[in-house]
Amino acid sequence: MLDVGRHPNINMLAYSEVKEVNGEVGNFTVKINKKARYVKEEVCNACGDCIAKCPMKKVPDEFDMKLRNRKAIYLYFSQGIPAIATIDKEHCIYFQTGKCRVCEKFCQKGAIDFEQQDQTLNLNVGAVILATGFDLLDPSGLTQYGYGRIKNVITGLEYERLINATGPTGGHLLRRSDEKSAKRVAYLQCIGSRDLNNCSYCSHVCCMYSIKDAMLAKEHDPDSVSYIFHTDLRNVGKWFQKYEIRGKEEYGINFIRGRVAEITEDEEQNPIVWYEDTNTHEVRSRTVDMVVLATAAIPSKGIKELAKLVGVKTDEYGFIKTGLPFPTDTSVAGVFACGFCIAPADIPESVAQASAAASRAAEVVFARKAKKRA
Amino acid sequence: MAEELRIGVFVCRCGTNIAGFLDTEDVAKYAKTLPNVVFTRENLFSCSEAGVTDIKNAITENKLNRVVVAACTPLTHEPTFRAACEDAGLNPFLFEFVNIREQCSWVHKALREEATQKAKDLIRMGVARAALLEPRESIVTDVIPSALVIGGGIAGLTAALALANRGFEVKLVEREKKLGGMLRDLHQIYPYEIGARGFISSKIKEVEENPKIEVLTGHSLEKLGGFIGNYQATVGSGEGSAKELKVGVIIVATGASLLVPEGSFSYNGEDVINQLQLEERLKNQAFDAQNIVMIKCVGARVKERLYCSRICCMTAIKDGILIKKQNPDANVHILYRDLMCYGVANEELLRQAKELGVRFVNYSLDSPPVVEDGKVKVQSNVLGRELEIESDLVVLITPLVAREGAAELSKLLKVPLDEYKFFLEAHVKLRPNDFATDGIYICGSAHWPVSTGEAIQQALGAASRASIHLTNKKVKVEPIVSVLFDEEACRGCGLCASLCPYAAIEMVETEKGTKAKMIEVACKGCGVCAASCYKQAIKMIHYSDEQLTAQIRAAFQKKEVESGVQA
Repeated sequence: MLDVGRHPNINMLAYSEVKEVNGEVGNFTVKINKKARYVKEEVCNACGDCIAKCPMKKVPDEFDMKLRNRKAIYLYFSQGIPAIATIDKEHCIYFQTGKCRVCEKFCQKGAIDFEQQDQTLNLNVGAVILATGFDLLDPSGLTQYGYGRIKNVITGLEYERLINATGPTGGHLLRRSDEKSAKRVAYLQCIGSRDLNNCSYCSHVCCMYSIKDAMLAKEHDPDSVSYIFHTDLRNVGKWFQKYEIRGKEEYGINFIRGRVAEITEDEEQNPIVWYEDTNTHEVRSRTVDMVVLATAAIPSKGIKELAKLVGVKTDEYGFIKTGLPFPTDTSVAGVFACGFCIAPADIPESVAQASAAASRAAEVVFARKAKKRA
Repeated sequence: MAEELRIGVFVCRCGTNIAGFLDTEDVAKYAKTLPNVVFTRENLFSCSEAGVTDIKNAITENKLNRVVVAACTPLTHEPTFRAACEDAGLNPFLFEFVNIREQCSWVHKALREEATQKAKDLIRMGVARAALLEPRESIVTDVIPSALVIGGGIAGLTAALALANRGFEVKLVEREKKLGGMLRDLHQIYPYEIGARGFISSKIKEVEENPKIEVLTGHSLEKLGGFIGNYQATVGSGEGSAKELKVGVIIVATGASLLVPEGSFSYNGEDVINQLQLEERLKNQAFDAQNIVMIKCVGARVKERLYCSRICCMTAIKDGILIKKQNPDANVHILYRDLMCYGVANEELLRQAKELGVRFVNYSLDSPPVVEDGKVKVQSNVLGRELEIESDLVVLITPLVAREGAAELSKLLKVPLDEYKFFLEAHVKLRPNDFATDGIYICGSAHWPVSTGEAIQQALGAASRASIHLTNKKVKVEPIVSVLFDEEACRGCGLCASLCPYAAIEMVETEKGTKAKMIEVACKGCGVCAASCYKQAIKMIHYSDEQLTAQIRAAFQKKEVESGVQA
């Protein structure tokens, strides 16, 4: 992120949305709505004084999966780029009631600007690259897993925040029901993925991140026990098999081949996982302290609208269509795509695809320049 | 040093980030008492416009010749402060950054007094080093605007075309007599339903017709000299005709080979065959088997080869589909351990195979299938019993393994291999197509088994990475490098060259014998060579022993300074 923020050739427009795309390969006009932060970007240096003083303390923090609250003026997360505070108008006391302006008073740099308006920018570019990533399926609809009903059933991303030292529990794996530390954790694969009723595709990254999650739990608490309930273990990347073996041998992860049918709860709010072990052909149950759902990765919110704006084709799930001869070219000349918006991909795949899309875009821009010179 | 030292120290409050947890005023006052410090200032935000202007003015007005800023991390603001020095006419390498935020105020939030004392210690150390800083210039070298691509398979062809289409000269070297690599032997490319032969032929044609690409088939790399921007590569055909190429960057795209399952499962190349032989029969329409059993993970995910070869599940499924489409009455059984149909398109193919009636049987490594005459016996995990499957053709699905010659090539290029002799990238997550050595890039199955689509993505990726230097025409690096400052002392043992992770040292013959020669532009300043040189003939520029020793001495001289005795 820092490299991007510092690069002289990159003009970063965060908190901005594409509104219109016109033109053709080599010559696109892109209309962008740059949303008002109510903070002067060129002045703010993210010192945090305003955040410390903001009296509005009860805004659910999206970055922390709403597991804790943030202020109405906030940084999305501490390493975020650009490091500029943003006022969340919906929750800001001044915007809502006309009184407060505490942040303005305490900002020693005079960066607060309540009069700031959204800006419309028109960019002229030779090529467009789509890299909008993904969202995760909300597992509430898959009622058999009890998410939302059983407190100690959480999603993989919620787990990431809990086990993170900068997260809401300071890195301690605490149960949502009673704040006790979770010792027995079950990680469930293919929640909505490889499921004809939800996402029939494979989300590709869950097998590995669940092993990582289980390893982190063990590193944090040597007494913890983990169970990974899986279908196929699809660890196909470089050294992934070794990682899986390490998880088994060094971290004692219990791998159970079987899809979980249902989760119930005992009187101490411990989730009970019901499953058929397909290797032993027995229907069994296991009581644990916490269940972590590896939910399906889905195309990010708004991708349909974006695809329509740009004119690119999507597949039945909403991922952007690409193919041979160039797997980062979309159906529109001069528009390229990379990462999860094409299909689930892990980090090295996304990085390679991003470079590939950049290479194809450079070909286009270069051809245009060469033509101009001629 | 002839010139009088005039050090300026700027202590940043960083709003409350620093000043909230330690006494910056006291720290600034203390800094004034340090040797050679003629000016100190406390800034609200040293990095702000006002802060930077303040630094610039102070340099001019007070004739400062060394600047110390005690603030945050070099990652965020070193360029800012270096630029400020430069603007005020001071060489940017006479600037010293002291971190009193991440390394002090933020981590000692509850200990104000101790944090204040630590900030003083850190600044005293910074001032001690600053006194010994020397002006430096960035190292710049020209880049020859051409690339050497090693390997003429789909990855190499794609990379060559990507660079040629952007106007760069490309030398494409292929060991075999023909371009095309493994795709020449395949039937169809999954998951696209595109014929491999037609696809690769059109790529080859495009390459051969491109005036920017010089194709050298039947040639391989024999010798390599030089460094990023300026390589001399000798390629030869093994028949005495060597050719010297001058290139700025190198892309490795040498692919992988399919493991031949000699000795496994009664492999005979006739009714027990490997996947390439199956592809060949399908391609030549010489396929007539009725009962086909494919066994996956033959030689993969086993003790001697722990890795999963990533692509074999999908090629087997694709072939299963082709067989069923060609002859719906054929019985196709695929015996597998895990089905690696990752992502969207692969899982779709798996579903299609199931719909067409391909049967999947899950087996475990501890009870592998047994191939007998006309049948295969397998313990099915899901059914919990042994199955006996009639077969007139058994296909053993084997992994991709590193190409013969990978070890020699890695030595010539001075880039590393992993334990299975696949090339080792700079960073497994963030730099999949770079080597640690600048100027050399990697793509395709030489790095790790990949599908055709993935190989193309990586080839474009490698081309993109390589094109950065070709486009910039110059490589500029910071002068934080090693130097052989005592040539007499160097015994030419070569330890430094063998330890250098960046191939930035070569051993050269001089009149005084074998000596180490540093390639400045390739050096990353890690210091491994200087630390390991037992003759202490190597010195690090900008992080010299003298500078670091002064810093360490300053760290421990607190008492003397406090009692008014200065070292």
